[in-house]
Amino acid sequence: MNINRRNFLKVGLAGSAALVIGGPTKSLAAEQFTGWPDRFGILVDTTLCIGCRTCEAACNEANKLPTPKEPFDDYSVFEKKRRTDAGTYTVVNRFANPKPGGEPIYVKKQCMHCDEPACASACPVKAFRKTPEGAVVYKKNLCIGCRYCMIACPFNIPAYEYFNAFTPLVRKCTMCFDIRIEKGKIPACVEACPMEVMTFGKRSEIIKLARQKIMAHPDKYADQIYGENEVGGTGWIYLAEVPFEHIGFRTDLGIKPYPELTKGSLGMVPIVIALWPALLMGLYTFSKRRSKSAETETMDSEEKEAKQ
Amino acid sequence: MTENRRTEYSLRQWITDKIFLGMTIGEYIKRSITPFNIVAGLILIAGLYASIIRFIKGLGPSTNLSDTYPWGLWIVDLLNYVAFGATGYTIVTAVHLLGLKEYRPIVRPAILIGFLGYLFVGISLLYDIGRPLRLPYPLFVSQGTTSVMFEVALCVFLYLTVLFLEFLPAPAEWLGLKKLRGWLAKITLALSVFGLTLSTLHQSSLGAYFLIAPGKLHPLWYSPYIPVFFFVSSVIAGLAMIIFVSMLSHRVFSSQGEHYDMAPTTPQPPLLRGIKRDNNFDKLTIGLGKAASITLLSYFCIKWLGVAHGNHWGLLKTPLGYWFLVEVLVFVLLPCFLYAWGVRQENATIVRFTSMFTIIGIMVNRINVTLVAFNWNAEVRYFPSWMEFAVSFTFITLIILIFRWIANRMAILYEHPEYKDAH
Repeated sequence: MNINRRNFLKVGLAGSAALVIGGPTKSLAAEQFTGWPDRFGILVDTTLCIGCRTCEAACNEANKLPTPKEPFDDYSVFEKKRRTDAGTYTVVNRFANPKPGGEPIYVKKQCMHCDEPACASACPVKAFRKTPEGAVVYKKNLCIGCRYCMIACPFNIPAYEYFNAFTPLVRKCTMCFDIRIEKGKIPACVEACPMEVMTFGKRSEIIKLARQKIMAHPDKYADQIYGENEVGGTGWIYLAEVPFEHIGFRTDLGIKPYPELTKGSLGMVPIVIALWPALLMGLYTFSKRRSKSAETETMDSEEKEAKQ
Repeated sequence: MTENRRTEYSLRQWITDKIFLGMTIGEYIKRSITPFNIVAGLILIAGLYASIIRFIKGLGPSTNLSDTYPWGLWIVDLLNYVAFGATGYTIVTAVHLLGLKEYRPIVRPAILIGFLGYLFVGISLLYDIGRPLRLPYPLFVSQGTTSVMFEVALCVFLYLTVLFLEFLPAPAEWLGLKKLRGWLAKITLALSVFGLTLSTLHQSSLGAYFLIAPGKLHPLWYSPYIPVFFFVSSVIAGLAMIIFVSMLSHRVFSSQGEHYDMAPTTPQPPLLRGIKRDNNFDKLTIGLGKAASITLLSYFCIKWLGVAHGNHWGLLKTPLGYWFLVEVLVFVLLPCFLYAWGVRQENATIVRFTSMFTIIGIMVNRINVTLVAFNWNAEVRYFPSWMEFAVSFTFITLIILIFRWIANRMAILYEHPEYKDAH
């Protein structure tokens, strides 16, 4: 093919135009990932929870976790606020009811199974993955143990086996993905709860359920669904009698998905790689020319001096 | 003739010359028993014990890390090694890319500091990550391309290679490998460009580590600009470190005679014009101080941009706000003025003192971001265990010992007589 400037421009323009207008419009929409459509979620209605710790026991058994120091019928554990650890995927905490004369409020805590998980985006080896079913699961054969997921998690959920010398793992709730959901069963804690605090179902459905509950009993619920939008939406969503900041939830996390926070910075990487070398070579050429002209100047003046 | 001489030059003689600096082993050991070495030895013994506990019993028994504080002293160390390793790219850029040839005498010590710093980044990671043998996984097994840490791993790995190649001319001269030396000289420019590109990326990305934790890092330290803060402060760290190391090495290695950077330069380089000092070493120090002062001023300004961007002025009146003011006024603005004063007075001693002060300031910043301002609202606080300290001090001691071992043998602080003008 005979390439002259006109042809080159024609082909180039046509190509660019094809890129701009020719692609399927889907690519414009792909920016907005709203999550796997059929993912599961769990609604926790904290107004029903009586703090019996049956869910903790069921979780412990289903996941074959070590037997804890305090047995599951020991209610003195509520004296302190607990968090998840390497041997505990879920804990129930007790909060004083801010309403005068109100009953204490019990809140179950476990991995929130974010729609766009911070842990997964932070992991340098892709050890975390959000499954289409909605669980955030962990590949133990990839984990290097950098614990960046623990830094990244806005809910402080992942825990580390610090006392396992050779094969330590990050441990957290899996939504019973491989042990139950894949076998068509619901998570152990949901099944075990005697008060039916938790409802397992399609996330889209349980959000509707939460709305219905609030609408049916506006006196019983604070008008807020925690997890619907927090950090871009979570798999576990909560209803409560009082505003969530009173019962140990962070309400300052925003609704932006956490992976977005590092997106801009990572997006600069290819730009720097592409532009820096050219820029630096330019600087180099400039400084070289400057020093050369300085040299010739000195030489000129020296010659003049010699002549004089 | 040459062939004969080469065979006569026995391996034994070679070891005596190259390794034991021309002494017998007995003499060498005798000469090595100094108060400094005894202290260093004690630190290494403590570090060895801590290392054994770390690798036999795990992170739990050896550190005070917890689920709330998954990162501790060793990560602070790592951030500092990278920050002070910036000496390499800072000086290389000045000399090879900006053409500030008068700083050529400090290129080699700067590269050596950078190389050792980055080497110990890798070694620290082996201690800190739970599965040390999986350290290469991010690069070779499963690439977490959405992770800032993946990007840092890639850049640090590549940059360590660049630093190794930049350092290689010194051992090549030492071992008489002229061909290798010549080949390395040809790729200097490419390495300089690649080195600065990689440094821009990972120096800033170390700050970007914390972008994903807005709920945990105190708002006065958390800022979308934190990658820029880390990058600019790395230049400050690099300049301070090379001033400090030059000062130390002039004292420690005074027996090496005339150091490269003592020789008077002609013509007077533009940055140092008007500075009348009797030796070039002081002039270089003052020139570096000038650069450090200007960089500190820029850094001071952008730190306030961070506060303004988040509109966090109100937080300055809280206890952590006062601590932020200490960091920004005492450890950034004050050294900025001290450097400027030293330059103005043409007093290299002031500049050298300020460099030590600046080094502490950079460490304070990295400690603040990782430990003090991180989890500032958590009930549990973290303080390192003695074993974490032992490992930290062991690494610093090892860096000093390796630097000394190399500087005693290779042309780091002086110019190799056979390679003068062979740049």
